[in-house]
Amino acid sequence: MSFRRTDWMLFGLVLALGLTPWIGSPYVLRLGTFACLYAVLAMSWNVIGGMTGYPSFATAAFFGLGAYVGGILLTKGYPLIAALGAAALVAFVGAMVLGVVLLRLRGHYFAVASLAVAEVLRELTNSATDLTGGGMGLNIPLSAVAGAGIAQAASFFFLTMWGLLLLTLAAVLWVERSKLGFGLACIRQNEAAADMIGVNATFYKSLAFAISGLFVAMAGTLYAGWVHYIEPPDVFDILFSVKPIVMALLGGLGSTAGALFGAAAFLALEEIVWRNSLQGSSGILGLLIVLLLLFLPRGLVSLGSQLVRRPHVETAPGNGR
Amino acid sequence: MFTLQIFLNGLVLGCLYACIASGFSLVWGVLNVINLMHGSFIVLGSYLAWGAYQSIGLSPWITLVIAAPLFYGLGWILQRGVLNRVITAPVLVTLTMTFGLDLMLNNAMLLAFQADYRKLNLDPPLGTLALGSVVVPVDRLIAMALALALTLVLYLILRQSRVGRAIIAVRLDRDAATLMGVRVPAIYAAAFGFGTAMAGCAGVLLAMIFPTSPVSSTAYLGKAFVVCVLGGLGSVPGAVLGGLLLGVVESFGAWAIGPEHAVTLSFALLIAFLIARPQGLLGRQGFE
Repeated sequence: MSFRRTDWMLFGLVLALGLTPWIGSPYVLRLGTFACLYAVLAMSWNVIGGMTGYPSFATAAFFGLGAYVGGILLTKGYPLIAALGAAALVAFVGAMVLGVVLLRLRGHYFAVASLAVAEVLRELTNSATDLTGGGMGLNIPLSAVAGAGIAQAASFFFLTMWGLLLLTLAAVLWVERSKLGFGLACIRQNEAAADMIGVNATFYKSLAFAISGLFVAMAGTLYAGWVHYIEPPDVFDILFSVKPIVMALLGGLGSTAGALFGAAAFLALEEIVWRNSLQGSSGILGLLIVLLLLFLPRGLVSLGSQLVRRPHVETAPGNGR
Repeated sequence: MFTLQIFLNGLVLGCLYACIASGFSLVWGVLNVINLMHGSFIVLGSYLAWGAYQSIGLSPWITLVIAAPLFYGLGWILQRGVLNRVITAPVLVTLTMTFGLDLMLNNAMLLAFQADYRKLNLDPPLGTLALGSVVVPVDRLIAMALALALTLVLYLILRQSRVGRAIIAVRLDRDAATLMGVRVPAIYAAAFGFGTAMAGCAGVLLAMIFPTSPVSSTAYLGKAFVVCVLGGLGSVPGAVLGGLLLGVVESFGAWAIGPEHAVTLSFALLIAFLIARPQGLLGRQGFE
């Protein structure tokens, strides 16, 4: 297993992004933090949704779980690194267990079940008022994480989110090139055949689900620390499940580079729409989704497929049902 | 007697759930599309009933007659214009597509009606009916009866009419149906139209009972998911059985462990059914 030239190019791009705090305004810094967050979500989703071919809508579940596990630990005075570790552990173990159960379902059934997981977690968080603050939300004091000063905190959270992006990129590229990634590709193309040739499908799928959940949960913790206030409808929002899918579709389904560029393109679109029409932003976002699926189903990559020499990956037709 | 009251409340709720879910189930079963717009169609139906009553004093049960063809047309156009183009794509694409359309519809409703909760109050109120110690509001009773009647109408359409038999044929075997001369895109549009009409009519009925707001659409959609999986895909009797089951379970659950856990309970039921019996209670393919 070795990284290819395109992988090093991706790393270079992401590394260059790290200069933002020294060259950009606070607004650019906020956008940069969002870019890192979205890229982490999209690349993580790609492990289960793109590489394995399971239409997961559980991103919001892991995001909210990570935000609350990390957020609660932060308010209790634990350091950020401990909160991140705990969120990652809880999400990993939870996704492993859940994966063994839920990944037996396919297609629509898996989609609905993964959607329901976020709903259940949201309601549980809502009703566990003593621990989570319930519908009142959870305040995470600024000084608990990044010291004093808003500008300093903004730089701090950009750099941590960027660090998480680097970590995720390395892990996801490793998965893509490793035996695990090969097994996942086998499962996507024909699960029964993969089972026959000795791929432990249940374990591989669950591991993919867990790896996907782990980074999303850590992003959730950082998000909670960054915005200082979380509430169940915010962090368990179904949009957190749908946006990564749209990003992956935008960039071209199945490749890590596609997810990365899709996240950047999506953020740009979202920001333009949001800046120009606050009231109608979700409707315009919906219109963009519809237009994308109708006219560019293979993503932006298909526009310049001659430039990016990369085998195009499609979801297996067998997973349609 | 207390138990009987809870049971009856559950049944009333269950009939409405059946009406909500039968259209959703039809679309999922026949088109293989999870229609995330279903909740917003219901809310739109409620607004239609509210608007008709506020402006020209039209009773909800008369609005039903207008709502059905109106929503059928809306569904037909959406299917013909947009969804038929991606109907063969994997679930990821169709699901994201309906999500995008739902964002547009919901945003439009938010702009048009604001997020305030509105309630259709019949004037004069219909009062309540007391049977021994069990009390039922008359408007709920009417809504329940109409919901059951609508579901029965859908069942009869699928079972008796020419287009209904074609829908079932397409559901059973699309290729064979094509060979028998069924125009599949037209049948998809009809099925989606019926599903949308059921949602709109359910919305009209719900306007009599619950306050309406664009933000309630996800709650309705959640109910449709659960009932559909409980009852079995694409089966109208399954939707009725699933709806009644969910209504009763929710009523008793709200009483026993508190109403704040009702949603958790229904989704836990959904996941349990998906794992243990994914075909649902009455899930036999195309047996309408």
